[in-house]
Amino acid sequence: MAVKDFIRERFFPHIWCAGCGHGIVLNSLLRAVESLGMSKNEIVMVSGIGCSSRISGYLDFHTLHTIHGRALAFATGVKLSRPELNLIVPMGDGDALAIGGNHFIHAARRNIDITAIVMNNRIYGMTGGQFSPLSGCGIMATTAPYATVDQGFDVVELSRAAGATFVARSTTYHVQQLTKLLREAILHEGFSVVEVLTQCPTYFGRRNKQGGAVEMMNWFKDHTTPVGSKAKAENPDLIERGIFVQKDLPEYCKAYDQVIERAQKGK
Amino acid sequence: MKSNVKFVQGNEACVEGAIYAGLKFFAGYPITPSTEIAEALSARLPQVGGKFIQMEDEIASMCAIIGASLTGHKVMTATSGPGFSLKQEALGYAVMAEIPCVVVNVQRGGPSTGNPTHVAQGDVMQARWGTHGDHAIVAMTASNHQDVFAVTVEAFNIAETYRTPVVLLFDEVVGHMREKLVIPAPGEIPLVERLHTSVPGGVDYHPYLPREDGRLPMSDFGGVHRYNVTGLFHDMWGFPSDNPGVVHGLLRHLVDKIENNTYQMARYKEFCLEDADTVLVSYGSSARSALHVVRNRRARGERLGLLELQTLWPFPAAIVREKCARARSVVVVEMNTGQIMREVKAAVSDPERVFLANRIDGTLITPTDIRNILRLIQGRGV
Ligand SMILES: Cc1ncc(C[n+]2csc(CCOP(=O)(O)OP(=O)(O)O)c2C)c(N)n1
Ligand code: SF4
Ligand SMILES: [Mg+2]
Repeated sequence: MAVKDFIRERFFPHIWCAGCGHGIVLNSLLRAVESLGMSKNEIVMVSGIGCSSRISGYLDFHTLHTIHGRALAFATGVKLSRPELNLIVPMGDGDALAIGGNHFIHAARRNIDITAIVMNNRIYGMTGGQFSPLSGCGIMATTAPYATVDQGFDVVELSRAAGATFVARSTTYHVQQLTKLLREAILHEGFSVVEVLTQCPTYFGRRNKQGGAVEMMNWFKDHTTPVGSKAKAENPDLIERGIFVQKDLPEYCKAYDQVIERAQKGK
Repeated sequence: MKSNVKFVQGNEACVEGAIYAGLKFFAGYPITPSTEIAEALSARLPQVGGKFIQMEDEIASMCAIIGASLTGHKVMTATSGPGFSLKQEALGYAVMAEIPCVVVNVQRGGPSTGNPTHVAQGDVMQARWGTHGDHAIVAMTASNHQDVFAVTVEAFNIAETYRTPVVLLFDEVVGHMREKLVIPAPGEIPLVERLHTSVPGGVDYHPYLPREDGRLPMSDFGGVHRYNVTGLFHDMWGFPSDNPGVVHGLLRHLVDKIENNTYQMARYKEFCLEDADTVLVSYGSSARSALHVVRNRRARGERLGLLELQTLWPFPAAIVREKCARARSVVVVEMNTGQIMREVKAAVSDPERVFLANRIDGTLITPTDIRNILRLIQGRGV
């Protein structure tokens, strides 16, 4: 199946700004799905609210565009009620880790077989450029005219601590790697997280004098390095890319099958 | 053989009703006085091949049941005041996206943490208007366990028929009291199953295009039709739209499909209304005390009657008007500051003759409380 066949052309043009990184994530995700040869009927995409969350409407899967922050909770209901379906949940950084932070850590703790994609542009794009829990310190935003004093989360460390059994990170500059990681994440049985550093030139770029999309993507190139590289040892400020966690632990829906077995034994 | 006669709490009657109706997925979070529903279902559901999940909060529970409903299952969550507050945004999503589901609220005293282990009926208006925006909602209640069972089954039937969330507004007394329950034989109460589309795969399916009879056939997630579900205003494909015609049409549809069927959804019971000059209007556990007063007074030859409402929303105004038409006074018996009384006043031709007998201190309203109000109305002093 061609990548184009995964798209709902009826839904276009999309809402994203020129240069927005969210489209690159979409592209990469479709290439990953295509390479896996999955049937569109087996895929359910659940998203929340934000520029990033609009990704679901454009794709020809079963798509559930929900409310801000709660995508993983909806997805948990879909998955547990029909475990044979593949759940992909793209979320914005605010969506996943501010309002949705609690659902994020609990989905990870359960190790339910869902692929979570955090489209991290370090800003609230949809509402016009307020800072997010991933902005970090010293960032200009419409609600931080004097720069942020809030510390940011590290998505990788947070996911690891919460119990995710697959955790990876890449950027919109490194699309080949991103496609590969998304593929691995979908194949992984358990809760998987892929953080994608993506650009919002409209708000984050402009406010923080990072230039346009090209400059922002170059920034990803210059400020990231493969996980465990020598460069990281020399320059601890570099952000690592690659797979951080990949382990096998009991998956939630499979584990629940044992509950059913135990409940029916006495009957 | 297992007996079909049980001695149970109201919360267990609700659980049995839900299982009878075909419940297959429950998500919840513990809260008094509804917790027994989650506890019982954690045992019962896996026995019938269903799924129970304890979520991280009530918001997540509400979201999870919506997701599970979309895969074709009958779903439910249960909570009480604070949790019902948390569910409101997702409840509105179910209204907007037309997802069948049942939401139980075993009422306790509020606002806030309020009076967790005590009875109240303060969430009647919250059930009606708790989620933001114009909308219609279905909310039902009951005063005894046989009715809790029946109304629970009916809630699932209405949810499927109209593709809507249905709120079951029980209360602490009904939830925790123990009483006899006879489980009806399978088939004794008819069940409404999910209406699936007959459109074959490969043919354009419109998830939001009502049939001629107004019903919207569904297609399960995972099936041959892939479509979009959103909380944004949307067209017949489920695609977001802010076209004024689409917005107007959808909002009208969401309200009309409920309000135009008020009569069909109206469940109520009446006792001695034929010649009553005083009509008590009540619901839930309050109706038990009201019924006691009616029986007592009738025995003394007084013309008292009771209209017990089981469907609170959409409010059956025409039925209330008709049943109260010949009464000299109407006394609404409830455990709040008059939430249904206001509806009754708006329904009857002469609101001046509508009175309130209430109690808002966390204890069940007693027959004496009601009698005291009757004496006042009759000019006899307390
Ligand atoms: C309950 C609720 N609160 C707030 C909002 C407003 N809102 C919409 S999107 C959004 C943030 C989006 O940021 P992010 O999740 O990072 O996605 P992005 O737009 O950057 O892709 C907010 C605050 C909302 N829709 N619902
Ligand atoms: S505001 Fe930012 S995140 Fe939203 S579409 Fe524009 S560039 Fe993308
Ligand atoms: Mg963002």
